[in-house]
Amino acid sequence: MTLLLFIIVLMVGGLLAWVVSQWSNLLSRWISLVALMLDLILGIIIWMQDYSGAIDTWITKYSHAWIPSFGISFSLALDGLSLLMLLLTFFLGIFAVLISWNEIKERVGFFHFNLLWVLAGITGVFLTMDLFLFYFFWEVMLIPMYFLIGIWGHENRRYAAFKFFIFTQASGLLMLLAILGLYFIHGNQTGTYTFDYFQLLGTTFTAGTGLLLMLGFLAAFVVKLPVVPFHTWLPDAHSQAPTAGSLILAGLLLKTGAYGLIRFVIPLFPGAAHEIAPWAMLLGVIGILYGASLAFGQTDLKRLVAYTSVSHMGFVILGVFAFNQLAMQGVVMQMITHGISTGALFILAGVLYERIHTRDITAMGGFWNKAPFMGTVALVFVLASLGLPGLGNFVAEFLTLIGTWQSSPVLTIFATIGIVFATAYSLRIMQKVFLGKPTSDKAVSDLSLREKIILIPLVVSIIWLGLFPQPIFNTVKQIIANQFTTEQITPISTSENGDK
Amino acid sequence: MEISNINIIDVLPGMFLVSASLIAMISISIRRNHKLIFGVTSISLLGVFVYLIIYASNHKFNVEPLFVIDGFGTFITGLIVMSALAVSLLSYAYFEQREERKEEYYILLLLATLGSAMLVISKHFVSLFLGLEILSISLYSMVAYLRKRPRSDEAGLKYLIMAAFSSAFLLFGMALVYDVTGTMDFNGLSQYMVSIDQLPVVMLTGLGLMIVGVGFKLGVVPFHMWTPDVYEGAPAPVTAFIATISKGGMIVLLVRFFTAVNGFHYPVLVLSFTVIAMASMLIGNLLAIRQDNVKRILAYSSIAHMGYILVAFLAGGELGKEAVSFYMVAYFLTNIGAFGVIAILSDQDRDAERIEDYQGLFWKHPKIATVFTAMLLSLAGIPLTAGFVGKFYLIASGAKSQLWWLIIVLAASSVIGLYYYIKIIAVMFDKAKGSEALSLRPRLYLINLITLVVLSVLMVFYGVYPQGLIERIREFLQ
Repeated sequence: MTLLLFIIVLMVGGLLAWVVSQWSNLLSRWISLVALMLDLILGIIIWMQDYSGAIDTWITKYSHAWIPSFGISFSLALDGLSLLMLLLTFFLGIFAVLISWNEIKERVGFFHFNLLWVLAGITGVFLTMDLFLFYFFWEVMLIPMYFLIGIWGHENRRYAAFKFFIFTQASGLLMLLAILGLYFIHGNQTGTYTFDYFQLLGTTFTAGTGLLLMLGFLAAFVVKLPVVPFHTWLPDAHSQAPTAGSLILAGLLLKTGAYGLIRFVIPLFPGAAHEIAPWAMLLGVIGILYGASLAFGQTDLKRLVAYTSVSHMGFVILGVFAFNQLAMQGVVMQMITHGISTGALFILAGVLYERIHTRDITAMGGFWNKAPFMGTVALVFVLASLGLPGLGNFVAEFLTLIGTWQSSPVLTIFATIGIVFATAYSLRIMQKVFLGKPTSDKAVSDLSLREKIILIPLVVSIIWLGLFPQPIFNTVKQIIANQFTTEQITPISTSENGDK
Repeated sequence: MEISNINIIDVLPGMFLVSASLIAMISISIRRNHKLIFGVTSISLLGVFVYLIIYASNHKFNVEPLFVIDGFGTFITGLIVMSALAVSLLSYAYFEQREERKEEYYILLLLATLGSAMLVISKHFVSLFLGLEILSISLYSMVAYLRKRPRSDEAGLKYLIMAAFSSAFLLFGMALVYDVTGTMDFNGLSQYMVSIDQLPVVMLTGLGLMIVGVGFKLGVVPFHMWTPDVYEGAPAPVTAFIATISKGGMIVLLVRFFTAVNGFHYPVLVLSFTVIAMASMLIGNLLAIRQDNVKRILAYSSIAHMGYILVAFLAGGELGKEAVSFYMVAYFLTNIGAFGVIAILSDQDRDAERIEDYQGLFWKHPKIATVFTAMLLSLAGIPLTAGFVGKFYLIASGAKSQLWWLIIVLAASSVIGLYYYIKIIAVMFDKAKGSEALSLRPRLYLINLITLVVLSVLMVFYGVYPQGLIERIREFLQ
């Protein structure tokens, strides 16, 4: 029931924010904020509870018949992974509202409606255990995001919104076909036609069908993640979206792709996943290097950060398909730390844009003197992005690399080279924006109190994750352990893992 | 076949519609009153619907040799009647603003509905053709109803020629089939077809000609040429009628005929419909991209949607029938809603069909724009709308019958389709900057707004909670 509450609070909050904006914009901002805080508190309460004694990994479940004639139920379940993702969602959601406080002045109510509904869709994606419902939420997060980019975005917003929408929708439809294929195959085998995740888990396929169905799922997730060469929507969408939109895109929407890989692709199609693992890892490494080198060449600050996402997400697919505990822990960590650090970089880009009305880094420079506080915060996140020990991203990438070494040393070496690239583009941000000679005489004021309230918790959390990552690992330990009961370097023979 | 064998109650819906149009005609000859005629029309349509709910559900019998009254037919008749009611509600405000004689329109509307309702329950070539002609002839005049608009006349003429042409094809095809089989009854045909190994060439030619005729009525590729022009020229409510009721009747007839003669046995027939379905989905969506007239966009979109429905039709079986029924409900709701928005925004001079007319609509008329957005999203098949569940149903039925190529084409063409639906939505959400001189000045009628709200609430309800409707459909189809 609590699980349902997570979604309802956001949806109702969104509607309310829209309605009250007729009278007061401020009120609709506060309503959104309160709704997200409620959810965050609820999430933290669950996190604090001791659920280690639970028999299986599921902390709580909720299920209600929805369209029984198709075996579709409104089925939600929460385990450690979903819980962490939810906490990240609400945590970043709060900052998305706060960062828009001054930036969004037009149609405030509708903005917050869309914002909260995107978050509701994401929450649903992280919670649902019914494949039809999953597809449903997968689509629900699209439309509001489309509006966020298309209405409140920058100059080229319509193009970016279109591209985002069509890419994700097309890949989503392939997933729908795969879901239906799975549904009928399972139905023919067992006689029960259902979209229930837990029942579908044990389905067996011939090698060919398994591969095709998995590719359908994979299509949706690799576009969302994104994996090179399916990434071209991302730089446009990220750079054109308003700050809150970029924050949600980078911090949360990309994570739904990673989550889908972990939750659906690997457990449902263990055999086929092992089969394509080398290719997926190769694409991951290509993504790491390609994203990093493109990031180095950008002059648009938001576009630059967007390409760093392509690079960082390469580690996710690399780690997921390495099939071992260490790499998987690294992936989970990467999902969280990337959300925080990249989100913060987008916030900084937004903060700068508000002051100087450009995203062109050649027009920036020497801001350290004018805004030292901002510079320091930026330094923290830039260092996080290049993987400095002591900050969260280091833990994530280090674990991933150790994990992948066991399955493919060559690819790991190339991926590590990517970190060198990361150093180059990260320091270039610092160099161009905050150091060097002042190129413009525009006044750049330092962070305001509101902006400090946004950025300081992010700084604290990225340092905390870097120094004490253990709570995160504890939360997902059981889930990862269940997925990899044995040392898993040999493929195919391990396909019975999906049964759990 | 004596008339006295027919229980009058059984064919009451038809009688009801006929007498309603007679009453309307007589009342016009006494005194012209738009409100009165409108009232008579709406009440009689509602009456038929209530009758269908109360008496006709789970009623199965044949009126030999012409009609078969079963759950499927009854369900679709109900849908047709309710859609006709929605169209007439939208028409009232639309024609009230225009100076032409308004009253005869309702007679035509009732007769066209009657024709479509007859198609739905026919099981004989004669009743098929009668129903079709009643429908078509009423539509000729409905399309050309706004005589002062040249394009309305043009569209009417075009529709007349095309429809007459296609009727000729259909008739000739029937004649050839009759020549071979010696029967015009669907069951008789199926008995004949079972008794032979291979279809004679003449019969095949006849069936081919019939497919051409039916294809024209449905507006599927390659018989789709008339659709955009007629959609564009006809008054918006009439376009809604053509897009939904007139095509819906034909779809049901097709399903009935195909099931009766077991067309799935004949690869030639299946192949030709597969080609038609694929071509309609792809070409409809591709051509729509290039349009910037909203009515034409919706015309091409309806070509594509007919292609989608054909997927479920080809899937066949119980699930296929259910999918067709569900999709028709969703499609009817959505299309009437979309054309309703066009009707409500039109003013005396022209219909709101240019894409510029929608520039910034969300900020001028947020409610209407929200309805239109919802309708377009439903056409695109986005969740929370009936269109999504409908499309899901279609794909599910296709997947069950393993028509993988068809559903892949369906999915791919829906993605193409997204582009132009989203284009209209993007325009509506753009900041208003259209020149004031060109902009339309519609008068908004409460009745229109209420109709639209009801349609969109239903559309969203069936999208979020389709279970009720699915159960209903299964109940009827048993």
